[in-house]
This record gives sequence, C-alpha cells and structure tokens, in this order.
Amino acid sequence: MSDPAPEPADATALRADGLSHAYGDRWVLRDVSLGLDEGQTLAVLGSNGAGKSTLLRILATLLRPTEGGVEVLGCELPREAWKVRGRIGLLGHQPLLYRDLDARENLHFHARLFALPGGGEERAAELLERVGLSHRASTRVDEMSAGMIRRLAVCRALLHEPDLLILDEPLANLDPAGVEEVAPLLGPAPGRTRVLVTHDVDAALAEADRVLGLERDGRVAFALPVGEVDAERARRVYSERAGAR
Amino acid sequence: MTRPSPSTAAVARAILAKDLRVELRTLQSVPAMLLFATTVFVIFRFGLDRTRLDGGLAAGVLLVTILFAALLAINRIFVAEREQGGFEAIRLAPADATALFFAKAAALLVYLAVLELFALPVFWLFFLDSGAGLAPLVPVLLLLDIALAVTGALISPMATNSRARDLIGPLILLPLLIPAMIAAAGAGQHLLAAGGVSYEQFGTWLAVLGLYDLVFLLIGWAAFDFLIED
Amino acid sequence: MKSSSLRTLALLTALLVGAGFALVFFYAPNDADQGFIQKIFYLHVPLAIVALAGFVVGGIHAIRHLRSGDPVHDARSYVSIHASVIFGVAVLVTGAIWAKASWGKWWVWDEPTLVSFLIVFLLYCTYYPLRYAIEDRERQARYASVFAITAGAFVPLNFMAVRAAQSLVHPRTFGTVDGGLPGDMWLTFLVCFAGITLLWVTLVSFELTAKRTRGQLSRLRRALDDDDRLPDTGVAGRIAPSGVSGR
Repeated sequence: MSDPAPEPADATALRADGLSHAYGDRWVLRDVSLGLDEGQTLAVLGSNGAGKSTLLRILATLLRPTEGGVEVLGCELPREAWKVRGRIGLLGHQPLLYRDLDARENLHFHARLFALPGGGEERAAELLERVGLSHRASTRVDEMSAGMIRRLAVCRALLHEPDLLILDEPLANLDPAGVEEVAPLLGPAPGRTRVLVTHDVDAALAEADRVLGLERDGRVAFALPVGEVDAERARRVYSERAGAR
Repeated sequence: MTRPSPSTAAVARAILAKDLRVELRTLQSVPAMLLFATTVFVIFRFGLDRTRLDGGLAAGVLLVTILFAALLAINRIFVAEREQGGFEAIRLAPADATALFFAKAAALLVYLAVLELFALPVFWLFFLDSGAGLAPLVPVLLLLDIALAVTGALISPMATNSRARDLIGPLILLPLLIPAMIAAAGAGQHLLAAGGVSYEQFGTWLAVLGLYDLVFLLIGWAAFDFLIED
Repeated sequence: MKSSSLRTLALLTALLVGAGFALVFFYAPNDADQGFIQKIFYLHVPLAIVALAGFVVGGIHAIRHLRSGDPVHDARSYVSIHASVIFGVAVLVTGAIWAKASWGKWWVWDEPTLVSFLIVFLLYCTYYPLRYAIEDRERQARYASVFAITAGAFVPLNFMAVRAAQSLVHPRTFGTVDGGLPGDMWLTFLVCFAGITLLWVTLVSFELTAKRTRGQLSRLRRALDDDDRLPDTGVAGRIAPSGVSGR
C-alpha cells in the first residue's frame, strides 16, 4: 500500500483522454481531454446539460466513463478507483446527508466511513465552528434551512481533508454571510487540487488556473490556461447553439 | 499515498448503528410490521374460520405472516440510501461496499427478531392451546430470519434502484423464498402438531435452511458490489 | 453467427426433431401401463432438462458478464433465459397433459420434479419485469446478471427442498429410466433429447443474431440522423462494429 517513491513536486493530478460518456444512446460527454497539475484549480463552464455534472461524477469515481481514459491523483479509473477513494471530497447538488440524523451524527457517520482517528470528533467540531453551525450541532437535517444544509454538506466534504476537491456550484443556496464563511474553506490551499463547476464566469476566471468550456452537446469548446481565456469567450458557451443542425 | 481504509466490519457497524438510530427515532418500519402481523392474524382467523390452529395450518399462518411483514421492511431498507445519497457516500469513501450488504442484512435481522418477540406471544394467545412448540421453533425462525434478511439485502437494492420499486422486490423475493418457507413450514408443522411437539425431520429442515442461508450469504458477498456501482 | 451456418443449424434441428417424432410415433413401443399417452414423456422430459440446463447456461454467461463487463455476455445470458422460459411453458403444458392422462387431474402436487419446475419457472418469470424496470442499460445488464446467478444457485436448492417435503414420494412414472428402460425407448429418447437441445441452440442463435442486427440498424439510423453531431474520433467504431463493413 505504501508508495516508497517520493512524488514529484508538480505531479499531474487529473488527466482525461478522449473521455466520453453515454446514458444509453444519449451521449452527454464527447471526447473530453484535459490535464491539471496538483495544487491547481480547474474551472468547468457550460450550460445546463453540457455534461458538467457527469464529468464531475466520473472524476469522483462514481461513474464509469463509457470511452476514454481518466487518471485521478495518479490512479487510473475505474480500475484503481479504490486507491483514490478517501482522497476526494465531493460537494454536489445532493448534500449526501441523512435527514433523520443531526449535524454531529452525520459527520460522525462519514468519519467512520473514512476511518478518521477518534471518530473525527475534533475535526467535525472545528469545521462546524468554521461554518457557523456549532450551536446547531444537535439539529436534525430535516429541520435545517437549505443554507444550513449546504454548510453542513461543506463540512461533510472537507471532513477527511481531501487532496482533490470537486465542487458543483458550491455557493448555491447560501446568503452573502454564508458565502463569506464558506468560500475561504473551499478556496485554494496548499496541496489541494480543485475542480469547480460554476455559472459565475468572473468568479471562475478569478480562481482558476485552467478553464474547460463544454458545449451543449458535451464537446470541448476550449481547454486552456486561464490567461488565454477572456470572459467574453468563456460566456459564449452559454449562449451559442453548439453544433447547429 | 493511500489513506487508511476502515475494515469491512467497522463500516458495517457504522451503517447498522446509523440505521438502528434512525429507526428508533422515526419508527418507520418495526411498528408497521407489528401492526401488520397482528392484523394478518385477525384476517386469517376469519379467512380460515378457525379460532384454534395446530400443525401445518398453524405453521403456515405464522410463517406467511412473518414473510409478508418482512417484505414491508425489505421494501424500505435501502430507500434512505437512494434518496439521501447513502449509496454515493459509501462509494466516495475508502470503504468496502459489501459492508452495506452485511449492515442491511443485520438491520433486517434485528427488525425481524423484534417482530417475532412480539408476534409469537400474540400468535400463542390468539390461536394455540399450548406454547410447548414455540421454544424449539426459535432456531427455525432464526434461520428463516437470516434467509429473509440475506435475500432481502441482496434483492432490495435492485428494486430500490428500479422504476417499479415497490413491485420488483416482492415479485422476485416471493418465489426466491419458497425453499426457505418449505423448510421452515416442514419443521414448524411437527413442532406445532396437535398431539404434542414432534421432531420429525427437524434436523433435515434445519440443514436445508442453513444451506439456503449460506448459499445466498455467499452470493450476496460476491455479487453485491455490482449492485451499487454506476 | 453467419446466416449460412444458421440455416444449416435450423435444417439440422428440423431433421432431428422430425426423426424424433417419427421414432415416437412409429418405433417406440406403447407403455404397458399408460399406453399411448406415455409417449409425451419423449417431449416433456427433454424439454425440462434443456430448459433447466439453459437456466444454468444463462447463469454462467452472467458470471462472465460481471467478470468482463462485456455486454455480449449479458445478451447471451438474457437470450438463454428467455429461450428456457419459453421451453418452461411447454414443460408445464406437457406435464399437465401427462398428469391428466395418468392421474385424471391437470395438476398434482405430489410430483416433486414438476412442482420444483413450476417454482423455478415462477422465479425466472420475474427476470423480465426486473430488466424492464431499469432504464440505464449498463446497470440493467449488471442487475440482470446478479439475478441470473442468484436464480441459478436457487435451482438446486429448490429441488432439494421440494424433494425433502415429499415424505411419501408418489410412484414415479419414469422411475424405470435408471432401471430397465427398453433399448428402443432409450434410442427414441436420445434422438428426441438431441433434437430439443438443437432446437434450443437454434432459437438462441436466431435471437442473438436478430438482436445484433437490430442494434447495428439503430446505430446506423442514428448515425444518419445526426452524423454532423458526432465527434470525429471513435465514430467509425461505433457505426460499424466488426463484421458489417461490407455490403
């Protein structure tokens, strides 16, 4: 299990090669290739239905690619998925929290799934404190507002200190105060690689090292370092009818 | 740089503890099973037009009631995982997914044990002249419970992830459980016989039930992973 | 399978089944106790054996599907089980006719083999609603394979349980198979058995070929519909999988 060779400083964190995915006959991702170094942030732009969430699910090891190769944190998917599980944090549309458990119980459950020392109690308390939920630790999820659930989901995704953070519109459902509390937790950090899906083009360009634009049919519009993409070009993936028929 | 992964048993314990805690808090399955079983006894009272039961009829009424009450719990056992993201949470963790199978089977086993702790005395009160056959019935019921729990934990995720969720589970489970029912009824009819407890073929039936449990436990262990991949 | 070899297979099947029937009617002797109607044995028993073997074949393909992830094995598993379920209907009908002739009733519960077969048949009937209740094709294939393996293991367990429940086994009509089935009966049985086996193989091959052709047709149609929307790479492989490049 232990890897004797020290990892190179700027190893590749993500690599996709001709990645395609189909649900039955419907192709939602077509021939996506990309690369990202460790510690960098990739912003994924594209209109609804462009395959962004599918791409994230594949990178999170939840979905097998129909065609093409993917490598996440040096492990080839889906063959070596078991190796990277536990190093990925996913914050998607679903909070992945049990409605009938309270905040602390939910985090404790996830801590046990990740074999965190001491049931992750300290880590959970620290995270609840930082998202401003300490006083709600005993509140059941089904009694929480959407914003509170979002904040708890952030704790859940960060609980095991993931090396790769996959964020699907992470600040949705949050009021300005919530954004202020949560955004720094999800921001760039040493050794943390991030994949960020957002409709906020300006925010994406401000945070990202590389930008991937997906057309409506799931093809790559562009995959470039952030310096080579201007906001106008980035916005075009939302307006243009791709592959006009 | 791999992280430590929890043992299968540790993950199974975590899921089981979560399920039992939620059940204690929401009382979604077990009270429904108890109420259902009692009502079915009453229906049999009139459906068969009998106030006392013995032998094969007694075993049949008791076992069919347990079977149908079990289906209630089996139908629900994976619903929270699908609706609240448990399937995905477990696949994101460095945990062995088979733990989910063992945890759900264990939870079902607990539910069934509680059901029987309640339903056996009620059954005795309603229909039996003597409770002498109930004690030796316990190992039979335990093996039957394992059969129900193991097949339920194997088939239920398929049903839960399908379009016809409430239909598929019972549809597959009823024929699948016939051998277990044959064996449990075979032992039970002699234990509850009118002339007193008889152990005719008792060992054979326990062996059939044990083999049934073992086979489907192994299949669940080997195949469960394929049910929660995507 | 190529159409020419499929045609040969079909012809061979017709020949063997025809020969089997000829032997049944003109060669095999009438049974001493049951007379002419006992001859349904030559149809009923091979059908039952082939159907059960087909379920096992379906389970083996299912294991291969789960190990390889190749949908071809799932298609084979599905078609094997499908053909065996069709044979299963014939088994139950011929069994009922035989029961009517022997015992005067269309159904008897003290023939453990037939009762076991009914239970197995009931379980395999639920294979269809399971498949059709799952939209995602890849998941459908995986679930169907798990079902096929579970049901495959169920078959012997079920026979054991039903047999154990039969405290007083009814005198078996073909109990003489092990003992002294006369040579002419054996020959007739074996020819019929071979014919029915080939019939199963032919049905499975036909269905697999038809499935493959339908798949290629819909792929081609889709490619014509939106060829400008497909990416350049990998399309050729999707439109024309091996074997359909010419004509």
